Amino acid sequence: MIAGLPEEELFLQGHTACAGCSQALAVRIAMKALGKNTIVCLATGCLEIYSTQYRRCAWKVPVIHMLFENAPAVASGIEVAMKKLGKKVNIAVFAGDGATVDIGFGALSGMLERGHNVIYICIDNEAYMNTGIQRGGSTPYAAYTTTSPPGKVSIGNKTFKKDLPSIVAAHRIPYVATANPSYPKDLYKKVKKAMEFDGAKYIHILTPCPTGWGFESNESIEIGRLANETALWVNYEVVNGEITDVMKIKEKKPVEEYLRRQARFRHLSKKEIEEIQKIADENARIFGLYGL
Amino acid sequence: MVVSVKGKTKNKGRVKDKAKTKNKEKMVVIEGSHAVAEAVRLCKPKVVAAFPITPQTHIVERLAWLVANGMLDAEYVNVESEHSALSLVAGAVACGVRAYTATSSQGLALMHEVLFATSGMRLPVVMHVANRALSAPLNIWNDLSDTMAQRDASWIQLYAENVQESVDFTFIAYKVAEEVMLPAMVCMDGYTLTHVYEPVSIPEQWQVDDYLPEYQTNYKLDVENPMLIGAYALPDDYMEFKYDQQLAMDVAMTKLEEESKEFEKKFNRRFDLIEEYKLESDVAIVSMGSVCGTIKDAIDNFSADVGLLRLIAYRPFPKDKIRDALRDVETVIVIDRAFSYGFEGILFSEIKSAFYNVEEKPRIFGYVAGLGGRDIRIEDIHRIIEDAKQAEKEGDWIGLRGVYT
Repeated sequence: MIAGLPEEELFLQGHTACAGCSQALAVRIAMKALGKNTIVCLATGCLEIYSTQYRRCAWKVPVIHMLFENAPAVASGIEVAMKKLGKKVNIAVFAGDGATVDIGFGALSGMLERGHNVIYICIDNEAYMNTGIQRGGSTPYAAYTTTSPPGKVSIGNKTFKKDLPSIVAAHRIPYVATANPSYPKDLYKKVKKAMEFDGAKYIHILTPCPTGWGFESNESIEIGRLANETALWVNYEVVNGEITDVMKIKEKKPVEEYLRRQARFRHLSKKEIEEIQKIADENARIFGLYGL
Repeated sequence: MVVSVKGKTKNKGRVKDKAKTKNKEKMVVIEGSHAVAEAVRLCKPKVVAAFPITPQTHIVERLAWLVANGMLDAEYVNVESEHSALSLVAGAVACGVRAYTATSSQGLALMHEVLFATSGMRLPVVMHVANRALSAPLNIWNDLSDTMAQRDASWIQLYAENVQESVDFTFIAYKVAEEVMLPAMVCMDGYTLTHVYEPVSIPEQWQVDDYLPEYQTNYKLDVENPMLIGAYALPDDYMEFKYDQQLAMDVAMTKLEEESKEFEKKFNRRFDLIEEYKLESDVAIVSMGSVCGTIKDAIDNFSADVGLLRLIAYRPFPKDKIRDALRDVETVIVIDRAFSYGFEGILFSEIKSAFYNVEEKPRIFGYVAGLGGRDIRIEDIHRIIEDAKQAEKEGDWIGLRGVYT
């Protein structure tokens, strides 16, 4: 129970997520904001698997899952059908980073372009965790995954994390936000705020994954906080095209504090850590993170 | 009546039921695609989503125009791919509304995984497929490769011979699909039917309303009655879901047979799972779609004793009806417009399998013709018949201009 948030649970206990899964926490908080008058549309992925097994549904609201890459299109269909039926309901998509930045990107772009009144929530654990930790477009630079293994001639994942919130914002939708369940009230507030806008809304949530990132299941919240405190993750909003409400950092920590807590970064040499520090410094500069 | 392309099947005359035929039957000369759009309009879908692909385009352009002019009260959504077109329509049907899409060829291939999910989730989508060859080589012309490659997707598939059937099957497809909770494809030959002008009877709205009730289902996304649609199933449950789909196909077969009576009663036109044409002969051709018009012409001006069995319902596959219709035939010639590479014509395999466990069976030959829009002329049909009579081989590809190796 988080102080100040509604008590009613719409995403129920008894699902089969890994211990310490911060994604399940993010969904639980988001559902408290969305409320009962919501239809949920899922993409294939961890969340779908641990919450929609036949006879073991963890949802207290209507929920549909169809395929990996088509949740935005299914949600678009739900939205137009509800419009025709004259029903006012919230329609929320929950999709992982693979479904969002990689395989379902075309469908997402189509949904955003058409401006369907849908809240799209990307729960980003930075790799294909459901299939066993394979790299994707959202995997950070140099991270170990099973398909980006570091080796004699490899540093691990060679590419940089795709900046999806910016790409989404370029669709000129009214509301884009980033969040992190380590800051639950901020996450709750952003979902509530998204609900105030008409049109397509997008919230990108970093969800630290103990299984895939390699940390203890009681460290998820701390790791998530370190992502923000090192400026590798930034919580902000883009309202009608303007970046607003950047969550500032009191004291910026070196990225090493975040990296060394996770097995996926254990192989990094000084050179890669410096490279990653540059990403954090650039984030701090772009978003003015110290400007308290 | 069955209005055939060549007008070979005679008008059986209208049923004089004044209560039902208070409005005069409206025959119009209209492009196939526009006729289909009219049929869709009469079914009152609330959602239409489509991505343009030749030769499906005129159907969806016309629907967009009908919506833009207030003649069809639907949400028309221009999506970014066929994958999304079917996904969107499936999402709408999951809310308990009737919805529609149409596609061709590559578009249908792109929908492949969505086809299986739509039927597995028991969402009764109806879609016209303007049949077109598959790449490569790129080819926008007609054959049946696209839909026959999707035969195992658990969709009802009906193959039209002419524009009138492309229209009529729309109503039948919605009715049966919604009753058995399986999606349905109405397959009409690209160009040959989509871009041809034919005299067509477009029913009145009251007639369609009388035949096709509003779509209602208890299985839908509704915040008042939350349910999960699209659960994942472990090995303990999966097979039962799939067996249920086959049971639904069996029911679809029965329903389609019932419709053959019901449809004639309401619209004064025949519908059946198969059409038998001069089948009192020793030799029977079996085929599907618009080429059957040419085959009927070939039969009519061929002195020998040849008939035609036209398959209309391909899935569910009316095995018993086929056996029964061909029971006295000595030679069956299957003309395929789709091919299973490494094996043989697809319909050829299936017609043979229908007879495998029958003691007295005909000799069955398989000919492949008309791929990628290659003309099938009356001479080609005659050649096929002559070739089969030689009985030197199981069949052949007809109309090749040379073999490229």
